[in-house]
Amino acid sequence: MMQIPCIYCGPRDESEFVCGGTAHLTRPPLESDDRQWAEYLFFRENPKGAHLERWRHAYGCGQWFNLERDTVTHEIRAVYPITQAAPR
Amino acid sequence: MPNRYSAWSLLRGALAGHRNWQGAWREATPKPRYDVIVVGGGGHGLATAYYLAKNHRVTNVAVLERGWIGGGNTGRNTTIVRSNYLYPESARLYDFSLKLYEGLSRDLNYNIMLSQRALVMLAHSRHDLDSMARWANAMRMNGIDADLLSLEEVRSRVPGLDTSSGARIPVLGGFTQRRAGTARHDAVAWGYARAASALGVDIIQNCEVRGFLKEGGRVCGVQTSLGDIRAERVGIAAAGHSSVLAELAGLRLPVTSYALQALVSEPLKPLLDTVVLSPGTGGYLSQSDKGELVIGAMLDLFPSYAQRGSFAVTQQILASILALFPAYARLKMLRQWAGIVDVVHDSSPIIGRTPVPGLFINCGWGTGGFKGIPVGGYTLAHVLATGEDHPLAEPFQLERFISGRLIDEAAASGIAH
Ligand SMILES: Cc1cc2nc3c(=O)[nH]c(=O)nc-3n(C[C@H](O)[C@H](O)[C@H](O)COP(=O)(O)OP(=O)(O)OC[C@H]3O[C@@H](n4cnc5c(N)ncnc54)[C@H](O)[C@@H]3O)c2cc1C
Ligand SMILES: [Zn+2]
Repeated sequence: MMQIPCIYCGPRDESEFVCGGTAHLTRPPLESDDRQWAEYLFFRENPKGAHLERWRHAYGCGQWFNLERDTVTHEIRAVYPITQAAPR
Repeated sequence: MPNRYSAWSLLRGALAGHRNWQGAWREATPKPRYDVIVVGGGGHGLATAYYLAKNHRVTNVAVLERGWIGGGNTGRNTTIVRSNYLYPESARLYDFSLKLYEGLSRDLNYNIMLSQRALVMLAHSRHDLDSMARWANAMRMNGIDADLLSLEEVRSRVPGLDTSSGARIPVLGGFTQRRAGTARHDAVAWGYARAASALGVDIIQNCEVRGFLKEGGRVCGVQTSLGDIRAERVGIAAAGHSSVLAELAGLRLPVTSYALQALVSEPLKPLLDTVVLSPGTGGYLSQSDKGELVIGAMLDLFPSYAQRGSFAVTQQILASILALFPAYARLKMLRQWAGIVDVVHDSSPIIGRTPVPGLFINCGWGTGGFKGIPVGGYTLAHVLATGEDHPLAEPFQLERFISGRLIDEAAASGIAH
C-alpha cells in the first residue's frame, strides 16, 4: 500500500486519501471556444512517469495538497501546497 | 485455412501422439511496407487485422506487438461478455459484438469457449431496484434481453450468497441478462491471430513502436525496435498505452490510465454457474472451467501504468466478496494482477479517425473492452479500409469530446469492467 505524506499530518496509508487528478489545470476564459473547453475538461497528458496531481486527505485532516508522483513506480518525488506553483 | 481444426484433426493428432501440431500462426518478420499497420496485438488489434482481411480483402497488413500477443489487458481480464448498456448507441454497438461472439468459434475455426451462463446483477437497496427496473426497460426497448429477478430468484440462481435478514450487505433482488457470460480470453486473441495469419496478415511480436514516420503532416509509417516500417494507414489499439502512442504522434487524448485488478482463488468443485456482479460494492465473480473463482475489483482510483494494483483495493474487494459470500472465508487466493485500462470521461470507446491524417485509433474501452473486441476490430477495420466511419461507430468519435455529445455510460452501467 502506498504511503502518502500529507503535508499537514505526515505519512498515512493510501486508503485515507482521494486522488483529485492532474494538478495545475487552469480554467480558460469564458469566451473560449469548444475546443479550448474540451482541452480543459477532458484532454490530458496522462504521462507514463512523473505526474503532478492533487490529493485530499479525505479520512484525515480533509485538506488538499499536491504531489509529484511517478505513475510507473509510484515513487513520490515532491509534496507541496495546492497554492504553490509547479516544482519544475 | 491451413490445418483446419476438427474432431477428425484432433483424432489424427491423438493417433500421432500430438507431436505434429503446427504453430497456430506464422512467424513473420517485418516487410518494408504494408497497406495497414495495426499497433497493439491485443484482442482489438488482432480482430482489426482479421476483419481487414476477411471483410475488406486488405491482406497486406501487419500487427505490431511490443510483447507477446494477448499479454496486455486481453490476457488479464475477467472475460465477462454482455450487452446490458443503457443508451441506444451503446446497445447497438455491444449487442453487435455479443452476436459476433455467438458465432465466433465457427467463424474463426477456434473454440473461444463462449459460455452464456448469464449474469446476475445484485440490488442492495430500494434505489438499486428502481434503477435496475429502468435499466432493464431501456434494454428491452433496445431489443436486448433483460429480466428483473426477485429475491427468491436471486437465491436459487446464486447459491452461497448471504441473503439472510442479518446480512452485512442486504440483497433485495436483481437483474439478469441471460445471453451474457464468459469466453476464454487467450483463445479470443489466438483465434483471431490464427485466422488473420491464415489470410496473409503478419503478426510481429517483440516489436515496439517508438515513433511515427510523417510526410507533409501525414503518418506514413512507424519507427520500431525492429526498424522503420512504412504504411498507407496506421491504426492504434493499445488500451492503457494509447496516450503514450498518441504523444509520439503529437496528439493528446481524453484518456487517463488506471490500474484495474483481479484475483483467482484455488480451484473448487463447481459451485457457481453464473456471473455475479455487485455494483454497490464494486466486486464481481464467476467460476472458471478449471474451478477457480475469478474475482474482479473496481479501479485503483489514481493514474497508474504499474501492472500491479494496490493492496488497499485488494483488501477492500475481498472484504466485500466475503460479506456477500461468508462461506468463502477460508478460500486461498492464488494470483493477483492488474492491467492498465484507458478510461475516458463517458466510459464509451473511441473508434475512428484522429486529427493526424493517416492515423486511426481504437481506445477508451477502459474497464470493459473484452466484450467489445469483435465490434472494435470490425469497425476499426471498416474505417481503415474504406476511410468512412462504420455506422455503428459514428457516435463514438473523438470529436464528441469537443461537440459535447458524450454517451455517458459511466453512470449507466455502474460497474467497473
Ligand atoms: C483486471 C481486468 C479485468 C477486466 N475485465 C473485463 C471483463 O470482465 N469484461 C470486459 O469486457 N472487459 C474487461 N476488462 C477490459 C478489457 O480487458 C480491455 O478493455 C480489452 O482487453 C482491451 O483490449 P485491447 O486489445 O484494446 O488492449 P490490450 O489487450 O491491452 O492490447 C494492447 C496491446 O498493445 C501493446 N502495446 C502497447 N504499447 C505498444 C507499443 N508502443 N508498440 C507495440 N505494441 C504496444 C501492448 O503490449 C498490448 O498487448 C478488464 C480489464 C482488466 C485489466
Ligand atoms: Zn492530513
